[in-house]
Amino acid sequence: MSLHLAVALDGAGWHPAAWRAEGARPDRLFTAGYWADLVIEAERGLLDWVTFEDSLSLQSSRYDGPDDRLDQVRGKLDAVLLAAAVAPLTSKIGLIPTTSVTHTEPFHVAIGIASLDYASKGRAGWRPRVSGRPDEAAHFGRREFPPFDPGNEEFVDALFREASDAVEVVRRLWDSWEDDAEIRDATTGRFIDRDRLHYIDFQGEFFSVKGPSITPRPPQGQPLITALGHATAPYEFAAKNADVLYVTPTDRDDARRIVEEVRELNPDLKVFADLVVFLGDHKARLDDLDGAPLESDAHIFEGTPAELADLLQDWGFPGYRLRPGVLPHDLTAITRGLVPELQSRGAFRTAYETPDLRGRLGLGRPASRYARVS
Amino acid sequence: MNNTTVWSDPRSGSQIDFDSFKHLAQTAERGKFDFFFLAEGLRLREMKGRIHDLDVVGRPESLTVLSALSAVTTHLGLAATVNSTFNEPYEVARRLASLDHLSGGRAAWNVVTSWDAFTGENFRRGGYLAEADRYTRAREFLQTARELWDSWASDALPRSEGRFVRPGGIGFFEHTGQHFDIRGRFDVPRPPQGNPVIIQAGDSEEGREFAASSADVIFSRHSKLEEGRTFYRDVKRRLEKYGRTADDLKILPAVTYVLGDTQEEAEERAAEIRRAQVGPQTAILFLEAIWGRDLSGYDPDGPLPDIEPDLETDVSKGRAQFRRDRAETAAKWRALAEEKNLSIRELVIETAAPQTFVGTARSVAEEIDLFVQTDAADGFIFVPHLTPGGLDDLVDKVVPLLQEKGVFRADYTGPTLRHHLGLKELP
Repeated sequence: MSLHLAVALDGAGWHPAAWRAEGARPDRLFTAGYWADLVIEAERGLLDWVTFEDSLSLQSSRYDGPDDRLDQVRGKLDAVLLAAAVAPLTSKIGLIPTTSVTHTEPFHVAIGIASLDYASKGRAGWRPRVSGRPDEAAHFGRREFPPFDPGNEEFVDALFREASDAVEVVRRLWDSWEDDAEIRDATTGRFIDRDRLHYIDFQGEFFSVKGPSITPRPPQGQPLITALGHATAPYEFAAKNADVLYVTPTDRDDARRIVEEVRELNPDLKVFADLVVFLGDHKARLDDLDGAPLESDAHIFEGTPAELADLLQDWGFPGYRLRPGVLPHDLTAITRGLVPELQSRGAFRTAYETPDLRGRLGLGRPASRYARVS
Repeated sequence: MNNTTVWSDPRSGSQIDFDSFKHLAQTAERGKFDFFFLAEGLRLREMKGRIHDLDVVGRPESLTVLSALSAVTTHLGLAATVNSTFNEPYEVARRLASLDHLSGGRAAWNVVTSWDAFTGENFRRGGYLAEADRYTRAREFLQTARELWDSWASDALPRSEGRFVRPGGIGFFEHTGQHFDIRGRFDVPRPPQGNPVIIQAGDSEEGREFAASSADVIFSRHSKLEEGRTFYRDVKRRLEKYGRTADDLKILPAVTYVLGDTQEEAEERAAEIRRAQVGPQTAILFLEAIWGRDLSGYDPDGPLPDIEPDLETDVSKGRAQFRRDRAETAAKWRALAEEKNLSIRELVIETAAPQTFVGTARSVAEEIDLFVQTDAADGFIFVPHLTPGGLDDLVDKVVPLLQEKGVFRADYTGPTLRHHLGLKELP
C-alpha cells in the first residue's frame, strides 16, 4: 500500500532551538526564497502536500498566553499569502495554509483559499483552527475570552460550534457559483447566467452570511479541508467538516484507540498521524540549547529513515504529517532518505499521478450543492 | 479589471485564471511600471433586486493573488484594495506586512471604506457603520495599522549568539479609540518598507484631507487636463499643514488609452470600444440606476424617457449612489441629450465610458508628458479594457517614447515601491 506523506512547515522547524542548528537560515525566515526552497525540496520528494502553520498571536513557549523568551523564533508571515507566494514556483505539491476562524471573516477566508486554488491550479487546501486564548481575542477587541482552560467545556464547545459554522459558510461560498456560471452570451449581452449564482443565506448562532461569493468556483470545486485534533470536540468538528484529520497518537495502541473513536464518528474521514521527526542525533544538542527537552503534542521520533519507515508501516495509518524538527535538515532527510526507503519497499509513489490535490487522495471533484440535476 | 472591461472581444481571455494576472503584471514590469493595482468588490452588484449580469464579474482575493504575483515579478509594486469596514486592523496589518516581506518591500494598500448594509450582509460585522463615520473609521484603522507595524523595532531580531529577539525589540501595542480597543503584541516583523505604501481614493473634502494627512498616493478620478490641475493644486496645498511637502503625496489619475496608427484609426477604435462597453442592455440599466424605474420597455436607440426619475426608489445596489446625485445627474443628462440630440445609448456612451488618451503612440506619449509637466498629475493608473493583453501596446509603443524623452525610467533603480515612487524611506 502506498502511503501519503505531508510535511508541516513552521519557522525554522518544530524544535524551538532549530534556528540555532547547523544549516539553519534564521536570517532568511521572513523571505519568500526561504519558503520556496523548502517547498521545492518537498515537491522534489514527491510529497503529497505541505502545511503552513499560523495563528493570530506571537509564538510562545506557553500554551495559554504570551511569554518573554528572547531565545526562540518570534514573528511569522500570514500562511495563505505564504502558500500563494510559492504556488507559481511549484506545479504538483499541495499547499495547505492554516487560518484561525475565531476572529476572522469566513467570507475573506473563502475567497482567499479559492484564490490560492486558482494561483496553484487546483492544489489548495485549508486547515481551519480555533483561537481560544484571551490575548488573541484582545488583538481584535470585539469579545473578551476567559483565561485559557482546555477543560472549560462550554467555552471550547462554543469555539468549535462557531468554527463549524465558519467552515459551512466557506463550503457554501465555494459552491455558490456553479461551474458554468460564466456564459459570455453576446446576443443578450450577459457575461454571467445569474440563475447559476446562488445566495447561501447562512444564518447561525454567531453570524449570518448572504453570498454569493465574489470569486468563481475554485478549480477543485471544494479545496481539501484538513483539521488537527487531540480530543473529542475537534474529532467531531473534523468528522463533520473536514476531508482529513491529523491526530497525535503516542504509540501504536493509542493509534488504534483514536482511529476507532474517529471511525465511529465518520467512517469516510481520512485519518493521518502527526509525528515530530529528527532524522539523526541532533535533538539532544538542541534540547541543551533550549534548556529543556522538547515537549510536543505529537510523538517525537528520533532515528534513521529506515527506522522511521518501520514505524510508519507499523502504525498503519494511510498517511502521515511529518513535522521536521530542524529545517532544512530533517526535510531533506525525509525527501532524500525516507522517501527512497519507502519507495524501495513499494510503499511510496515514484511519480505524481494527479495534477490536483483532491485527486491525490482519491477524492473526485464534487458538483456544486446548488447545481440543478439535469 | 472592472465594468469597463470588454469581454465580447475575441482577444478577451479569462478574468480569473492566474495566467491572466501573470501576463498583465509581467507586462507592467516589462514596461518598468511602479505598481500593479487591484480593486475590490465584496458583494456582487444588483439591479432591480437581481444580480447584475451584463458586466465582467468574479475576482480573486487581492492580497492572495498579489502574493502569488510577487513570485513571478522582481520589482513591480503590488497594490491591494482592502476595505477598512469589513476587516480588523490586526489582520489587515499582518497580511500587508506579510506581502511586504514576501515581495521584498513592494506592497501597497489602497484604503477604502464602505458603510452600506448591503455589502455588510456578507460579514459578521454587518453594515453598522454610519455614513458620517466612514472616514473616522478609515483614519483610525490606518493609524492603528501603523501602530502595529511600528511596534517592532527595525533591528528587533539579531538572530545571533543565542538571541533571536533583542530585549525591547518587540513592543506592546495598545490602542483605545472610537472604533478599536485592542492591545497585545503584533506577530509580524516590521515590514521592509517600514510601512507599506498607502493609497487613498477619496474625493470629498474629508477624503482629500485624509489623503493629505496620511496617504502616499492619491488614486484620482480627475483625468481631464484642467480639472486635473485644479485637483492637483487643491490637494498639494493641503500638505503643508501636516508638515509634508509636495513630493510626499503622488497624484495618479485613473486613465484609459486607445492607440492607432493614425489619429482617425485610434478614434474609430475608441468608438468601437465604447460601443462594446455600453451595449443596448447596459445603456438601459445605467439609465434605470439613475431614474430609479423599470425602463426595460424603452428603445436604447431612441430618445430619453419623458417621465421623471423616481428618487424614492433605488434599483441599484452595491455601488455608491446618492439621492441628490441622481437628481443632478438626471437633469444634466437630459440637457446633454437635448443639446446633442443623443439616443439613450449614445448618451450613456458619452457620459459613462470616458476615454483619456486616444491617438497615435507619439501623440499619446506627448499628452501623458503634458499632464505631468503642467501639474495635472504625477503619473497615472492605466485601466486596460482588455484582459490579459490590455497593456501590451502601451508598453511596446508608448513607454519607449517616454523613455526616449527622458521622462520615464529606463530601468528600476531600487528594490522597493517606496523607492520607485520617490517617497522618503522610513527608518
